[in-house]
Amino acid sequence: MDAQNRAPLVDMRDIHISFGGVKAVDGVSIDLYPGEVVGLLGHNGAGKSTLIKILSGAYQPDAGEIYVNGEKADIHNPRDARKYNIETIYQTLALADNLKAAENLFLGRELTSRTGALDDVRMEAETRKILARLNPNFRKFASPVSALSGGQRQSVAIARAVYFNAKILIMDEPTAALGVQETAMVADLVKQLKSEGLGIFLISHDIHDVFDLADRVAVMKNGQLVGSAKVSDVSQDEVLGMIILGKCPPGAIPGPGAIPAEKLARIAHV
Amino acid sequence: MSDTQQAAGVPTPVHARNPVHVDQNRPRGVGGMLRAMEVDVRMIGMIVALIVIWVVFDLVTGGLFITPRNLFNLSVQTSSVAIMATGMVFVIVARHIDLSVGSLLGFCAMMMGTFQTNWLPAHLGFNYPATWILAIAFGIIVGLVVGALQGFIIGYLSVPAFIVTLGGYLAWRGAAWWVTTGQTVAPLDRNFTLFGGGIGGTLGATWSWVFGIIAVAAIIFFAFNGRRMRKAFDFPLKPMWAEIVNVVVLSAVMIAFVIVMNAYPVPERAAKMYLQARNMPVPDEPLNWSQGIALPVVAVAVVALIMTYVAKRTKFGRYVFAMGGNPQAAELSGINTRRITMYIFMLMGVLAAISGVIASARLQSAANDLGTLDELRVIAAAVIGGTSLAGGAGTIFGAILGALVMQSLQSGMALLGVESSLQSIVVGVVLVIAVLVDQIYRRRVGTV
Repeated sequence: MDAQNRAPLVDMRDIHISFGGVKAVDGVSIDLYPGEVVGLLGHNGAGKSTLIKILSGAYQPDAGEIYVNGEKADIHNPRDARKYNIETIYQTLALADNLKAAENLFLGRELTSRTGALDDVRMEAETRKILARLNPNFRKFASPVSALSGGQRQSVAIARAVYFNAKILIMDEPTAALGVQETAMVADLVKQLKSEGLGIFLISHDIHDVFDLADRVAVMKNGQLVGSAKVSDVSQDEVLGMIILGKCPPGAIPGPGAIPAEKLARIAHV
Repeated sequence: MSDTQQAAGVPTPVHARNPVHVDQNRPRGVGGMLRAMEVDVRMIGMIVALIVIWVVFDLVTGGLFITPRNLFNLSVQTSSVAIMATGMVFVIVARHIDLSVGSLLGFCAMMMGTFQTNWLPAHLGFNYPATWILAIAFGIIVGLVVGALQGFIIGYLSVPAFIVTLGGYLAWRGAAWWVTTGQTVAPLDRNFTLFGGGIGGTLGATWSWVFGIIAVAAIIFFAFNGRRMRKAFDFPLKPMWAEIVNVVVLSAVMIAFVIVMNAYPVPERAAKMYLQARNMPVPDEPLNWSQGIALPVVAVAVVALIMTYVAKRTKFGRYVFAMGGNPQAAELSGINTRRITMYIFMLMGVLAAISGVIASARLQSAANDLGTLDELRVIAAAVIGGTSLAGGAGTIFGAILGALVMQSLQSGMALLGVESSLQSIVVGVVLVIAVLVDQIYRRRVGTV
């Protein structure tokens, strides 16, 4: 892949964070290239969401550095992350339920008229334009997003990222709350965005999802990186082994969390 | 336009499930008509409730309730609570509460009273023309600073608003006593007292009409300006008849209000005393002055207009509602929720000061118990007016209506000679029933 020759879009190096003595993320390094989807896998509590929240500015790392386009990035809060064109689509669908689609899409970055007043009409027009592209069936512009289905809400969240020219997209379980059709819609969107050159971190514990969409996978266990691999170099069973046992297959690049072969052999004997 | 047409013709799965997308141009029954007019059904319910209260009291009191005199008094009595209720909407929408507003009102009133009566005259003399402006400005600064202090503790130090303002409830009442060690401050500045809506504190017939005509012009302008904007972007529009009905109803209410207020005359003796006090010639023949709209009501109108603008058209207002809808989403959207929280309480402090002006001007004195129990009336007004204690929902207009409903109940019962203990029981029961009905409605419709 020629993407590997360019500077990585995101390079997180040796990230540490602990909460009350628990090492949630323990020395993880991970990178992401333009036009690439990296699937971040692991059990609940493996530290994947925590790692990604550091990138999106929701948490502050105790140690470690983040580079965006090869330059050191200072990310102290979600506003900083947005400055680096990092957008996050959260598992919990981070929309304000009582606001309309347009109000959510522009939340924190409203369009205003010359007098400084909110320009709701223009915001709605822009929202209609972008959603017509992403989800042509979307037409509930006048109701609060609480009246929308999971998929419609997710398309608002994705539209927000696309509208503001995200270069780096973080999707934290983007399809967890969705039905089959809606999941397919989100998958199509991911492919579309990827072809437009965005780098995407896809967090999921559904291996099939990740194998469909990702170019590479990175597996975390107990706050550490077990290893990373191109999806073409490993099988789903091998990745499952990484998630459950921390066993790094030959096709993968081992990380600090990989369990050494001799230790694994001992476990196998037991 | 294209939206609604398609919705009626081709039934796609999304629409089929959604009654909202049924053709809005064709009204079906009363519900359909109201929907086409895009009016809030709960608001209609409240207006109906208000009309019922008025009519029932009028019948029971034998025609004493719906009279220019009573409605005038009602409008003045509602003002102080109504003004604070508009701020309480913001506070509650953002999932906070402010229990300190009554005490803060008392404190601001005492500070303004002392400032204009005990301090300024020593420098400027009695009834200096600018005294009232200075006094009000001083009071607003006091309210702003107190609000900033409470808001800082709530927003930046993360102490729950309930606790901080409960502390404020006690502290500012105590501080109000301390300003003069309990002495009532009187007399207040002559111009200052006009804001109480007493003699001279009204617009009079001519200016009331000017006020009414400006209001009607504004109603027409906003309706059609909004329509023009939506048309420019090809958005679905309300049917024209609905727009016209809205404008006509609102304008009619406005004009009726002016007529009723003008129908209440200033008592002959009071008018002559007013002229004498100002060294103006007093004619021998009857004066025939109309009260017109009271200044406190003008204050409510101005505050309501500004607060509605802030809620709907400014980033600050949008962020307050976003915080109430989903605090986490607001934070993740890059909104500085701590600062917004502080601003909300600063705004509340300013409004408490303005209410302090009206309340003390009405009594022509500042006493340290001014505004006692107002926090509960204000919260009740906001909640009766449709503000959700769960946050994220509420309107300025609703809160003012809520204040009017509460005051109507109280003055109606006072007219009937109901003893005050029973009045409290009735108001308490109404508050609970209002919220219950609202909850049931929301559950049915399935909104927040």
